[in-house]
Amino acid sequence: MIAESMYQELILEHYKHPQGRGLRDPFDAEVHHVNPTCGDEITLRVKVDEGKVLDVSYEGQGCSISQAAASVLHELATGSTVEESLGVVDEFTRLMQGRGQVEADEDVLGDAVAFAGVAKYPARVKCALLSWMAYKDAVVRSA
Amino acid sequence: MFDVDLIRKDFPVLSRELPGGRSLVYLDSGNSSQKPNQVIDTMRDHLAHHYSNVGRAHHTLGAESTAAYEDARDAVAAFVKAPSRDEIVFTKNASEALNLVAYAFGNPIATDARFKVGPGDEIVISEMEHHSNIVPWQLLAQRTGATLRWFTVTDEGRLDLDGLDDLVNERTKIVSIVHQSNVLGTVNSVSPILARAREVGALMMLDASQSVPHMPVDVTELGVDFVAFTGHKMVGPSGIGVLWGRRELLDAMPPFLGGGEMIEAVWMDRSTYAPVPHKFEAGTPPIVEAIGLGAAANYLTGIGMADVKAHEKALTGYALDALGEIPGLKVIGPRTNIARGGTISFTLKNLSGDDIHPHDVGQILDDAFGIAVRVGHHCARPLHLRFGIPATTRASLYLYNTTDEIDALARGLHHVQKVFG
Ligand SMILES: Cc1ncc(COP(=O)(O)O)c(C=O)c1O
Repeated sequence: MIAESMYQELILEHYKHPQGRGLRDPFDAEVHHVNPTCGDEITLRVKVDEGKVLDVSYEGQGCSISQAAASVLHELATGSTVEESLGVVDEFTRLMQGRGQVEADEDVLGDAVAFAGVAKYPARVKCALLSWMAYKDAVVRSA
Repeated sequence: MFDVDLIRKDFPVLSRELPGGRSLVYLDSGNSSQKPNQVIDTMRDHLAHHYSNVGRAHHTLGAESTAAYEDARDAVAAFVKAPSRDEIVFTKNASEALNLVAYAFGNPIATDARFKVGPGDEIVISEMEHHSNIVPWQLLAQRTGATLRWFTVTDEGRLDLDGLDDLVNERTKIVSIVHQSNVLGTVNSVSPILARAREVGALMMLDASQSVPHMPVDVTELGVDFVAFTGHKMVGPSGIGVLWGRRELLDAMPPFLGGGEMIEAVWMDRSTYAPVPHKFEAGTPPIVEAIGLGAAANYLTGIGMADVKAHEKALTGYALDALGEIPGLKVIGPRTNIARGGTISFTLKNLSGDDIHPHDVGQILDDAFGIAVRVGHHCARPLHLRFGIPATTRASLYLYNTTDEIDALARGLHHVQKVFG
């Protein structure tokens, strides 16, 4: 079955047990992003202090891919520096936009490599990127 | 004698294999239908042996192309029982046909009072419309200062006609509603709305994109003023659609696009226009697509639209029963097999009662079982807002679908519930 290359166990786990879900205070910036083609949406907050990401909190609705991507993002970004986390966002974006032709850098991406299979489904790439783009936006606004 | 196995042989794609050796279960005809050999061969033959521009090429090929293009108009006119072939305007799709009519209203060069629109006038649509029958009327309201109003939809997925007399009133210029909903499957009953429109002197248009492919449609019997439909949903090619309008109204309307072939004479500062339908067909039309649509109409006529409708009705009953047995599945639209077509949209929960997103449903159905459905809001976002859901999964049936395919869908949905359990 082809779907199994997309629905990695890790993605399903994050979907069923989302990490860091819920909007929390305090925060420096809040953004709301939507995917107009499918109606998926996310509200995301960041709390940043001296270049360190103290919290990424979020609430949203959408498919398993978009929800799991937000959960993985929360795990990767929280506790890292802004600069590091933006590096991960860039690598994740490169992987997602690579139409399945890009080799993922596992050292940079950690659990997010599980999304490699999504890159082969153009219709789903936006689902995976929704929360990550929201995060990038929120970080810029928090500065 | 309607024989679905024989019909399936006409559609080469239905026997193809998908990557991984899956066979195709195509339940997305409401989005776009597949094409029979009769259409494919007609188009290929025209391109290979007869093709030239139409209406303006004075040689053998030009004559053959023009004849084939105009024969297609005859075929389409016969298919919807248009009183005159000149009432069939070829457009590029249903969306263009709807826009063409919307642009006739409030157009300063329209002299006929029925097309004059300004502040205080009203336009009536419904909450179950495709975006193609919403946005052109929003634009008209914005251009003219008229007010856009709409029928609401009941929980059952029917038009709420309780407020009909208030909604359609002396200020109403046009009522434009869908004949068969592309989400709910609901077939709207036209006559009460039309009767009210006539009482108040409003015009009425039907978006028949989802009805003309699936049931016998007789524009005279319907009695409305305009009907729009689209080739690619009725086993024809994409790139061709149809506006049918009453001759007298089409004559009174201003042109839509200007260009070659739509004129009678041109001076530097003004033009006179060709008679309908050519007045509305500026530029080189989609020639081979129109010819393909003519072949599609003839193909469907050969099978018999009453039989197509009966086949789909039986399948729809079977599908409503099969889906009704899946716990956590909720049909959005009429659950009784009355005044509804073979388009079934639904939401799905897993066995613990959590929603499974339609994207996930569609992806597993496709990847694991080769089942093509549509997921999302199906270009009907306001309708989804009305039901308080972001998206649905939609199975849409056509003449070539079978009960085996519906069984496959039901099995697939059980599997989806396991994966996201
Ligand atoms: C009810 C309805 N109206 C209009 C359309 C638009 O058709 P087209 O995209 O061919 O213009 C569709 C098809 O998507 C439809 O289902």
